[in-house]
Amino acid sequence: MKYQTVIGLEVHLQLNTKTKAFCGCSTDFGKAPNSNVCPVCLGFPGALPVYNHQALNSAIKLALAFGCQIQEHTKFDRKNYFYPDLPKNYQISQFDLPLSRNGYLDIYSQDKPKRIGITRVHLEEDAGKLIHETGVSLVDFNRTGIPLLEIVSEPDLFSPQEAFDYLTSLKSIIEYLDVSDCDMEKGSLRCDANISLRLEGAKELGVKTELKNMNSFKGVKDALTFEVERQTLLLEANQKLVQETRLWDVEKGVTVAMRTKEGAKDYRYFPDPDLTVFIIDASIISQIKAQLPELPPEKMRRFVKEYGLTEYDAKILVSSKNDAEFSESCIRDYPGKDKKELVNWLIGPLLSEANFRKIKLHELNLNKNELISLIGFVERQDISHLSAKSVLSQLLDTGKSARDLIEEGNLKQISNAEALLEVMETVIQENAKSVSDFKAGKTNALMYLVGQVMKKSSGKANPKVVGELIRRRLTDA
Amino acid sequence: MSIDKETIKHVAHLARIELQPNELDKLSGELDEILGFIDKLKYLNLEQVKPASHILPINNVLREDEPHVSLTSEKALENAPSKQGNFFSVPKIIE
Amino acid sequence: MELNQLTAHELLEKLNHQETTPEAILDSLQARIRKVEPQVKAYVRGEQEAGNLTLNSFSLGPLKGLPVTIKDNICTEGLPTECCSKILRGFRPPYDATVISKLKKSGAAIFPLKANMDEFAFGSSCENSYFGPTHNPWSLDCVPGGSSGGSAAAVASDEAIWALGSDTGGSIRQPASFCGVVGLKPTYGRVSRFGLIAFASSLDQIGPITKDVQDAAILTGLICGYDPRDSTSVNQDVPDYTKSLSGDIRGLKIGIPKEYFVAGLDSEIKTIIQEAVNKLQNLGAVIHQVSLPHTEYAVPVYYIIATAEASSNLARFDGVQYGYRAQSDNLMQMYKLTRAQGFGQEAKRRIILGTFVLSHGYYDAYYLRALKVRTLIKQDFDQVFGDFDCIVAPTSPTSAFKIGEKALDPLKMYLSDIYTISVNLAGIPAISIPCGFTKKGLPVGLQIMAKPFNEEMLFRVAHTFEQNTDWHKIKPRL
Repeated sequence: MKYQTVIGLEVHLQLNTKTKAFCGCSTDFGKAPNSNVCPVCLGFPGALPVYNHQALNSAIKLALAFGCQIQEHTKFDRKNYFYPDLPKNYQISQFDLPLSRNGYLDIYSQDKPKRIGITRVHLEEDAGKLIHETGVSLVDFNRTGIPLLEIVSEPDLFSPQEAFDYLTSLKSIIEYLDVSDCDMEKGSLRCDANISLRLEGAKELGVKTELKNMNSFKGVKDALTFEVERQTLLLEANQKLVQETRLWDVEKGVTVAMRTKEGAKDYRYFPDPDLTVFIIDASIISQIKAQLPELPPEKMRRFVKEYGLTEYDAKILVSSKNDAEFSESCIRDYPGKDKKELVNWLIGPLLSEANFRKIKLHELNLNKNELISLIGFVERQDISHLSAKSVLSQLLDTGKSARDLIEEGNLKQISNAEALLEVMETVIQENAKSVSDFKAGKTNALMYLVGQVMKKSSGKANPKVVGELIRRRLTDA
Repeated sequence: MSIDKETIKHVAHLARIELQPNELDKLSGELDEILGFIDKLKYLNLEQVKPASHILPINNVLREDEPHVSLTSEKALENAPSKQGNFFSVPKIIE
Repeated sequence: MELNQLTAHELLEKLNHQETTPEAILDSLQARIRKVEPQVKAYVRGEQEAGNLTLNSFSLGPLKGLPVTIKDNICTEGLPTECCSKILRGFRPPYDATVISKLKKSGAAIFPLKANMDEFAFGSSCENSYFGPTHNPWSLDCVPGGSSGGSAAAVASDEAIWALGSDTGGSIRQPASFCGVVGLKPTYGRVSRFGLIAFASSLDQIGPITKDVQDAAILTGLICGYDPRDSTSVNQDVPDYTKSLSGDIRGLKIGIPKEYFVAGLDSEIKTIIQEAVNKLQNLGAVIHQVSLPHTEYAVPVYYIIATAEASSNLARFDGVQYGYRAQSDNLMQMYKLTRAQGFGQEAKRRIILGTFVLSHGYYDAYYLRALKVRTLIKQDFDQVFGDFDCIVAPTSPTSAFKIGEKALDPLKMYLSDIYTISVNLAGIPAISIPCGFTKKGLPVGLQIMAKPFNEEMLFRVAHTFEQNTDWHKIKPRL
């Protein structure tokens, strides 16, 4: 490919505080229009803002998790522009002294680790919602003033897939910190993207497009993929790109140029005189640092060290905080020294059951003791792996115990050689061809014979035992 | 520093104020005079001076994350020049 | 004397002894308003409404139903609060400003008419009101000063017992001076701004306009104090200000800033102020000349900072949620016409100037520079207050000027605040008290400034001066 794609993402994150950024109105989603409002968030004349302590703490937490430098003196600025979803016609935001700068997020893209720079994380407030009808627009200010964080990445993402992986890692960290619902459909996480193309090897960035209106991670990836193609075609046809904002049309799968509001330089930022400066000193930082939970990278390293997991397995288990906690409690209670068997169950059958049910691992209706007991049956070769998977499924559906389900289903394997001998002899007699094939060195023939025994025993024969019995019987003879 | 009419027009647009031609003429003269007066700040050496965006020595003023009673939507919409149901209503948006 | 002519503390005395009732006080105010309001026009819709005034219910408290007149930019729940602007026409706030809640809790009755003012407090003459100008009770063809001209004229003409105004660059002190009454701008952060419709948030402060210093001390005590709804409100104990009315200023060190006695100060005013300073000296104060070297920059700094903040504060007046809306079929046009038709000339001028000084390419040259000079102005005061208890100066370079005299020359109008603006920029408290009359019979105000949160010093000096003079007892003939 002749061109390199360069992407930077701007994420707006609603913090999950009980009340809004600057007033005590509830942040509940889905209330009747204009009912979670007060003079402050409506920007009524005379009303004044006072910032939410919890929002500041959450923001510092997140910034620290990104390894950002926290600004010792930080302040709010007003970003001035007119729009009907903005009741004061300015947004309280941060300009030259943002809460934090210079952080990073470690992501895995195509199984390779990569560090993405975080330019800044700053505080601001959300706008209201507009509903466009013929001739008029309707305004609901319930969302107005919900605390937002703006998280700006460096242009370090070189493909739509990397952008997607960045968002996934970002979401994972946010979940760990429990500072936001992170729900793109509800709008608690929103993402705009800046994308440009440059000739492979070039240092300067190309003309950028700002993409908006994506409402899922996949939407971000799709819009970026479309934009890579569009820009490539234009560049290859020697056409000039213009710097513009484009909206993603999810129905048509295309981006469409949008007419812009004020130019960025017309926002007339200045310090908000209604709010004081915040001094975030070392003691505040160390206090909040102490509250930080173990984050995915550290947890992964610990899982590898403590439980002997492979990096690959550990990475899958830590990507969601609650899943990681569930998994770890299983690992701890699992009696075996080698945790591999259990981990295989977690990231194999269990994860596919969860995916099938469209829920998270930890949300499965499963008592970890039953899982451990079920794996015990398999390890003792009491039941086959295949049966165990079906028991797992029933466990999740019925909530019965593994033991009861195995008994009810009469699933115990026959591992007793004597009980199997008769069936084996019949199979050997009925399949003379396979027997001679095996004797001639075709090992596949053995598998066939084992299969036949399994069939005749309605799947209850222990295939390992059967295989061993047949091999001995045929080589001895 | 003088201010040309194009600048005033742009600024009036940013401030969303429609100016009549005669208002523009008058304003441009008045603003010129005011800016000329303000210009005396230029001659001060301010390199070592910190800006006083806040005159108060107080900082970190925060409120606890506790809900208060919100307005009813009726009360919120009581002064609205135009409303539809529980929504404020504005003419359609053309940039 | 009629009830309406008495001071608040005199009326409280009567109320406490059951010698009068809030209704009787209202009646006497109403009679006065009917008589003089057609000439003074201190109130918004005063003439129309004077016939059917009723007092809002008031709670039990030390004020026992004594009415307080409120400037039209302070939110009063259910009462029109329009900032004397067409753009806020008919606006009835769904809430009370903190000062109003505090007054109500103290048992005050909120006077049902709002005091006239320059639109959004933009002005020094009360001529910029959508409802028309207020006239100076001492000379009806003169302005009462501004922007709290309605509050000052109402108190001076006995159409109010006492009143609240707001002061961003002199808007309490200058009209108090022009109308011969007492006006205090408290320390920035002393009184909650919650519910004060903002002009310039870093400068605005609500304060009392009263007939004497004792009333000012009482009213200040009632409205000040920490408010968790205002981030810029300071959490500091409120002293009993009436205890500062000791009548003793012996040994106090008073500075006289030489920069306030230069060209532009009316010679008659200069003489009157000089006499007042002599009086203070006779009462035992030690007088020295001091210097506030950056005084000449105060007006330019103020007109950058105040207009910048105002341009943003007033952006919310757009016809969407409240007030006036111009009809249009598209939003952009609706915004532009609403604001063109809803704001008066001075408001538009200041919004455009403020937008300009914040705009790209000019921010550093104007706004940032102004913030830096503001630091220097504050340091000037810090320096003087290191050695002095207070500073005494004229409130205004002239007495009340003629209606129309400066209306067409904004810069000339801006310069009439030259002695009051520095106080707002530095965030310090200052009071204006009557200290004499010009030959034409117009009142002159003496301004006293003190260090932040030392309102007690102002009351002490002002009260001592007042108790040894009779200026505050003279009433306009109407």
